[in-house]
Amino acid sequence: MFDTRPRSTPLPDAPGVGYKPQHYTALLEEPGVVSWLEVHAENYMGDGGRPLAQLRHLSERFAISVHGVGLSIGGEAPLDRDHLARLKNLNNWLQPTVFSEHLAWSTHEGAFLNDLLPLPYTQSTLERVCRHIDHLQDTIGRQMMLENPSSYLAFAESTWSEPDFLREVSNRTGCGLLLDVNNVFVSATNLDYDPRAYIDAFPIDKVGEIHLGGHDEDADEHGHVLLIDSHGKPVVDPVWALLDHVLSASGPRPILIEWDNDVPEWPELHAEAHRASQALAKVPA
Amino acid sequence: MTVSQTIFRAALLDPDKDRPNGLEDAKGRLARKRFDVYRNNVAVSLTEALETGFPAITKLLGEENFKAISGVFLRQHPPSSPLMMHYGQEFPSFLVEFEPLAHLGYLGDVAALELALRRAYHAADAAPIDPATLAAITPLELSDVSFSFAPAVAIVTSDWPIYGIWAFNMRNGPKPTAKPESILVLRPAFDPEPHLLTPAEASCMRSLLGGATLGDAAEQAALVDTGFNLGPLLTQLLTGNAITKITTKN
Repeated sequence: MFDTRPRSTPLPDAPGVGYKPQHYTALLEEPGVVSWLEVHAENYMGDGGRPLAQLRHLSERFAISVHGVGLSIGGEAPLDRDHLARLKNLNNWLQPTVFSEHLAWSTHEGAFLNDLLPLPYTQSTLERVCRHIDHLQDTIGRQMMLENPSSYLAFAESTWSEPDFLREVSNRTGCGLLLDVNNVFVSATNLDYDPRAYIDAFPIDKVGEIHLGGHDEDADEHGHVLLIDSHGKPVVDPVWALLDHVLSASGPRPILIEWDNDVPEWPELHAEAHRASQALAKVPA
Repeated sequence: MTVSQTIFRAALLDPDKDRPNGLEDAKGRLARKRFDVYRNNVAVSLTEALETGFPAITKLLGEENFKAISGVFLRQHPPSSPLMMHYGQEFPSFLVEFEPLAHLGYLGDVAALELALRRAYHAADAAPIDPATLAAITPLELSDVSFSFAPAVAIVTSDWPIYGIWAFNMRNGPKPTAKPESILVLRPAFDPEPHLLTPAEASCMRSLLGGATLGDAAEQAALVDTGFNLGPLLTQLLTGNAITKITTKN
């Protein structure tokens, strides 16, 4: 079984940013309100060189969250054993503060599709996802957090709501949850539900980390607004407002700014982190 | 109605296939453009990964052509692992065999060079020898010496002027002239660097990578060029932090 003892060094209830190499020097010289960083696990699975050297150095200064984007926890096939071994190795040498992955699939029949693909919320998906999370947590010897997806469509076959599904996964496996507030806003807009109702139904006590990011706006063939989770823009005001709603229920939590495409200069990214710190300052501890 | 991942994946990679039934909007209407968000994410993200990994090929083909060719490649060769840093291993052979590019015979070897540079970037770190260790070996003993190399070290050989083509596109180098070229890839610290070798140096380097002694490697190189001088190559290997161990034959 994985270690269920309380984490000795949880992420601080403060802003963090998704690490981009172009911000390496700025982060060391003027981190401002940023006290922790998140890295994508798969970018640090080479044998050596600059990426690993930079991460090693940053980990002496910042708490690190490792965020997997390639395990395909929702995949129909068993988890990739080679990839599990790589995750175990990364967790062993880096000893990150937290580890998280996605409620999604990305690998099928030997092909990795480099996107977080959606799942039907059915009994068989539930059992498979729980089996895979058990396998992962047993392998890396620690608790993981599972992130809610951004949705563009729904499966007719789904029988669970997403918050209920995530609650059940967490109850069965002991995993924590990572709540991406932008994903909630994107999914709720695309699928016509109230994002606040989603938050109110969410097992908020299981949330160990919050994500915020930007999205693009498009429309489907019926003229219905279609938001796309692109991580290439500032967080929009309605998502900041939804964050306040989350924090009023959860209390202070670690908040990550994700900006993966069209990455801005450090001051612009830091401004987003600063706004997150202001949102945290309004919340009674 | 169950949408299996086999059905989802097939429709994802083949834009001519219908979007799967059972994927809907909130009103229960078939999700067409919504499904296309995933199609687009996959194609765009894999194309971007190839562009990042093959900047010289992107320049040679032009961005629009590169995108179109990537679209063909990524459907034939989606990544086999989540490590995008390794994506595109089959790209050099794909470029060689891709009929519409048959008139650009050098593309495959230039792509192989870019792969070698990328591999070197992510290769394991290794402690180089102190150059003084080599200097301390007497000229008489030197011919019995063999080397171990850092994992980043590689040699790429082509019938085409791949260094010239690479440097012309990536470093504003002079216009390349038609001749075979070999390149030594070294990573002194974190940034891999390609070095043009003479044909005799390339022969010597291949022998050394194969574990030959300096004496045997130099002898082979002299068959290529009777005037072969080991000095410049040794200097390059030392300044490039390429040698990790010296072994003396008994």
